Amino acid sequence: MSKESLSPAQQGTNSVRAHVLLGVIGFIMVFPFIWQLIISLSTNDQVMSVPPTFWPGELQWGNFVDVFTKLPFFDQFGVSVGITVIRVIGQVMLCSMAGYAFARMRFRGRGIFLGVILSILMVPPQVYLIPQFQIIQNLGLLNTILGIALPGIFSAFGVFLMRQIFLGLPLELEEAARLDGANPFQIFYKIMLPLATPGISALIIITTLWSWNDLLWPLVVTTYAEKMPLSAGLATLVGSITTDYPVMMAASVLAMAPVLILFIMLQRRVVEGLAFSGSK
Amino acid sequence: MTLRTGSTVGESRAPVDRPVPVSARPPKKQTSFDGYWPWLFVLPTLLGVLGFYIWPIVQTGYLSFTETGPFGGEEFVGLDNYQTMLADGNVGQALINTLIYTVIVLAGIPIALLMANLVNQPGLRFASFYRVLFFMPYIAMPTAVALVWRMIYNGDFGILNWMLSLVGIDGPYWTSTPGFAIVSVGIVGMWASLGFGIIILGAALKNISPEYYEAAQLDGATTWKQFTSITVPLVTPSLFFVTIISVINGFQLFDLLYAIMGQYNPALVQSQSLVYIFYNQAFIQNDKGYAAAIGMLILVVIGIVTFFQFQMQKKWVNYV
Repeated sequence: MSKESLSPAQQGTNSVRAHVLLGVIGFIMVFPFIWQLIISLSTNDQVMSVPPTFWPGELQWGNFVDVFTKLPFFDQFGVSVGITVIRVIGQVMLCSMAGYAFARMRFRGRGIFLGVILSILMVPPQVYLIPQFQIIQNLGLLNTILGIALPGIFSAFGVFLMRQIFLGLPLELEEAARLDGANPFQIFYKIMLPLATPGISALIIITTLWSWNDLLWPLVVTTYAEKMPLSAGLATLVGSITTDYPVMMAASVLAMAPVLILFIMLQRRVVEGLAFSGSK
Repeated sequence: MTLRTGSTVGESRAPVDRPVPVSARPPKKQTSFDGYWPWLFVLPTLLGVLGFYIWPIVQTGYLSFTETGPFGGEEFVGLDNYQTMLADGNVGQALINTLIYTVIVLAGIPIALLMANLVNQPGLRFASFYRVLFFMPYIAMPTAVALVWRMIYNGDFGILNWMLSLVGIDGPYWTSTPGFAIVSVGIVGMWASLGFGIIILGAALKNISPEYYEAAQLDGATTWKQFTSITVPLVTPSLFFVTIISVINGFQLFDLLYAIMGQYNPALVQSQSLVYIFYNQAFIQNDKGYAAAIGMLILVVIGIVTFFQFQMQKKWVNYV
């Protein structure tokens, strides 16, 4: 759709009304984030005052320092980064290979194996969580980054997404490469994978989001605060230093900031990736 | 198509180094396979999925018929766990709470459609800025935003009750009063999931041909009429998709509840979700057999609800 389809007058009225409306809704949507920032820069007394303190006056940057000195924030940040990196790399490798094979290769039992993998999409995590915990426990991986990340490097969703991508790519390039004597792995790695970039970036975005934000599984396989990722660390924090509200808010700001800022910078790509995965 | 192993390709195809027209390919043999290559590609994922997902699913089924003994062993108890579950008022309450939460989140879908429609207006300036504002709650860590909402909802000094006091309403202790608590969590859930609907529905809106609207304008249709007669019917497949995903996610309510209410909330028992009860039984009470039965219940309930949604889609979803 283009601007030309509306007359200038229509556009004018639309704009003013629309911007007021969008501005109000936008403000409501981001108000909690603004409030979070304000509290994170206030004193505890200001937070507990009625009526609320809308501007703390002197900004309490010390709250952010406290996050690092009073909480195991560095450790938890490291765990969050670790599990996210492992899951993203694992899924991109495994899902693109499996997705490619299911889309383009012939082998006995292809349909059945695809069906088996996709069947777990229809099952809520509670149906496999307990035995998964026991496996991680038996492997001696409780309270480790690998233990939190391991089940999540396999993804039925990722296989499905990548399969759909490869199904949509033209056959001709592969055939030409094959005639040039390339083996299937070379064809996959050098020719098809670069063409699958939109799917891979969608997969990276979604996996990053899920593993950075996930709470239930990390909560299950970690018991020590310094071994938890940020999500679980924040959730358990609620029980311990609940009374130091500004530090809690500062911690929550810092916990969500990396992914939030990254995704805002890559806004277009993220929206496309999420929309893309939804349309398949 | 036929993929061969590297050596075969080298031997039989080496002399042919120019592109061959598609029609010149040898006829496909339906029975030919690609040797060991596909297994190299598929096996890691297949083994991982079988080991970490399929086998655990089977085990959970078995666990649900067992009871964990005092020394960790499992004892077969038949349908005991299921009988206990059906008689357990907390599970019934959790099912109701989960449904309430899901319905509140679903109520956000029409709002998401209106917002997507607003932000996708042709020629709108700062559209990507608004889009960022709208999808921030969706990508932000639920645990982190839950902590902010705890502050907003706080019964003593929360900003929500202060605003209500301005219009003479004495607000309750939102997150620690049974009944209010699950609704409070539901509102946060709706706020957090609007962005997903906006993205999916926004993509669908972009695919509607502007010609429909031009024709409607020529016929003098109002904006609202255009919205209800063109926009809504044409995005019903995406509305259906968002509904399905929202229900599935709604039944997974855990993060927000856990982090908004905290573990020591007096209203927690009356405000649990199914997943919360599952977590509590499996990993806090260590009653794995009972938790497995609750896991199976979640599976069955989601299955039934999704089945009915697919049945009902014929009545309202238009596939062009």
